[in-house]
Amino acid sequence: MGRYVIRRLLQMVPVFIGATLLIFLMVNVMGDPIAGLCGDRECDPATAAQLRREFGLDKPVWQQYLTYMGNVFTGDFGTAFNGQPVTELMGTAFPVTIRLTVIALVFEVVVGIVLGVVTGLRRGRPVDTAVLVLTLVVISVPTFVTGLLLQLLLGVKWAWIRPSVSSDAPFGELILPGLVLASVSLAYVTRLTRTSIAENRRSDYVRTAIAKGLPRRRVITRHLLRNSLIPVVTFIGTDVGALMGGAIVTERIFNIHGVGYQLYQGILRQNTQTVVGFVTVLVLVFLVANLLVDLLYAVLDPRIRYA
Amino acid sequence: MPEPTPEEPYPAGGGPAAQDGAIAPTGMGGAMDLAASEGETLERPPGGPDGPDGPGPQDRPRSLWSDAWHDLRRNPVFLLSALVILFLVVISLWPSLIASGNPLKCDLARAQEGSRPGHPFGFDGQGCDVYTRTVYGARTSVTVGVLSTLGVALLGSVLGGLAGFFGGAGDSVLSRITDIFFAIPVVLGGLVLLSVITSNTVWPVIGFIVLLGWPQISRIARGSVITARQNDYVLAARALGASPSRLLLRHIAPNAVAPVIVVATIALGTYIALEATLSFLGVGLKPPSVSWGIDISGAAPYVRNAPHALLWPSGALAVTVLAFIMLGDAVRDALDPKLR
Repeated sequence: MGRYVIRRLLQMVPVFIGATLLIFLMVNVMGDPIAGLCGDRECDPATAAQLRREFGLDKPVWQQYLTYMGNVFTGDFGTAFNGQPVTELMGTAFPVTIRLTVIALVFEVVVGIVLGVVTGLRRGRPVDTAVLVLTLVVISVPTFVTGLLLQLLLGVKWAWIRPSVSSDAPFGELILPGLVLASVSLAYVTRLTRTSIAENRRSDYVRTAIAKGLPRRRVITRHLLRNSLIPVVTFIGTDVGALMGGAIVTERIFNIHGVGYQLYQGILRQNTQTVVGFVTVLVLVFLVANLLVDLLYAVLDPRIRYA
Repeated sequence: MPEPTPEEPYPAGGGPAAQDGAIAPTGMGGAMDLAASEGETLERPPGGPDGPDGPGPQDRPRSLWSDAWHDLRRNPVFLLSALVILFLVVISLWPSLIASGNPLKCDLARAQEGSRPGHPFGFDGQGCDVYTRTVYGARTSVTVGVLSTLGVALLGSVLGGLAGFFGGAGDSVLSRITDIFFAIPVVLGGLVLLSVITSNTVWPVIGFIVLLGWPQISRIARGSVITARQNDYVLAARALGASPSRLLLRHIAPNAVAPVIVVATIALGTYIALEATLSFLGVGLKPPSVSWGIDISGAAPYVRNAPHALLWPSGALAVTVLAFIMLGDAVRDALDPKLR
């Protein structure tokens, strides 16, 4: 187990370097960060040169990358150009997005798995067909359309919720945005669970469990579900990163000041450090979530051992 | 030790193919994961490698493809989605067939008006005819969807196929590179990369989708080539002295292409949604281009007064994406031997 974790951690290193380098290069292609500083007017060349020196932008890109990564590992994510440390922005943005992601994950896990089990056990029945069609529709309607429509219906027409989220973003206000963020993944989780349950339902161990007279609930939760969850767990694990990154759209629609909002602002203002900093953290979250998923396999299926 | 994969939960069972064909659905945002997970079921060679499976009462055994086509023609889902797609292709080639107006001719005096005779969908915030713009918007979506899918499928299957066939160091490098791409959230990559580009054509968007989309197809193609490569007929051909290119083109490719086609079809729908999302965020296409994403984004601020300007393009977008995903679903069902 320990050796496996170490090997996986080592494997993460090149992916981490590659992904951050890629984003670093993209951001550098993004244009002159100094130009964004002077607003609409053209920068004074002397000022621009001085700023360039100050921020180390006159050095070659690879050197900038190394310096940056060196700083990141000492906990210094640099300063946004407005003088605020990027870590401070993260401190305000990440809790909001984490709350949003947690709500989305709860929806995915609870609603998705329950729907998947129900439909998987009743394959071909009306419930199954209805849910299947519904998931297809949810997958087909892009998130920003779902978000705008729900905001229009629940927030404006029926006034059940506030159409936009206040700056504290408490859990209560994030329920609808969380549902919107989760919607597409929710549909996948349902479909994955359904397929998996339907496949495993015919397996020998389920027949044995039924034959030895276990109550139906126990057969389903302990035997069938546990064995069917591996693909679902894989999906949810990889989805954590996607949810946090995909929150850009949801956060924009509901005016939530989380990671997506900061990133969007950073990109609009051509603020390199903010963008790279946030992306670095997102990539790390993604990698760690994947690692956790792999370790979780052993919990779900004791036959899997990591040597 | 083999990493457990969704399809092969037991490490003992996975050969190299099952192991490496593992698709961790990731990165490209929710939508593309469906494609990956749906394609997974096709990782095994369709039908038995030796002999046709279930020739039925017919004398002549049908190939996988004619069998699939036989199934598809009877599948109402396929027929319906194919009809919708045909219609979309026709109106994106000749939009003037059903919309006589000019999508860029707007009259501010009529802004946000509801539906009128001759203007069934009403007017948007700039006083443009929503019906005309919705019809013309199909062209952008279909162009982006089809061209990006072609690009992704071509690049991904060539790279993935070669890596799967030759293996070795190139294969490991490619696998690590795909890992890197999967770790970058796609909408984010789009915002960063496309925000600099001022060109207002579909090409940057297509280029971006190809750039971030190929790893997905490459993984599928690689896994599927590895599976096909181990078949007896490939060994036999190799033993007879067939060159690698002949092996790859004549023996492996025809037997490995099914999962790629399925995943690419489903991905086509998600690329259309991605273009709309990027345009909605203001980095995809920009006005005066006509795109559903732009129209939806433009209609969002005054949705209280003129919801129709938001609903029609959204509906068109949803129907289009749905049609392609359903088509992919139907094709997968037809090609998947497990459901036979």
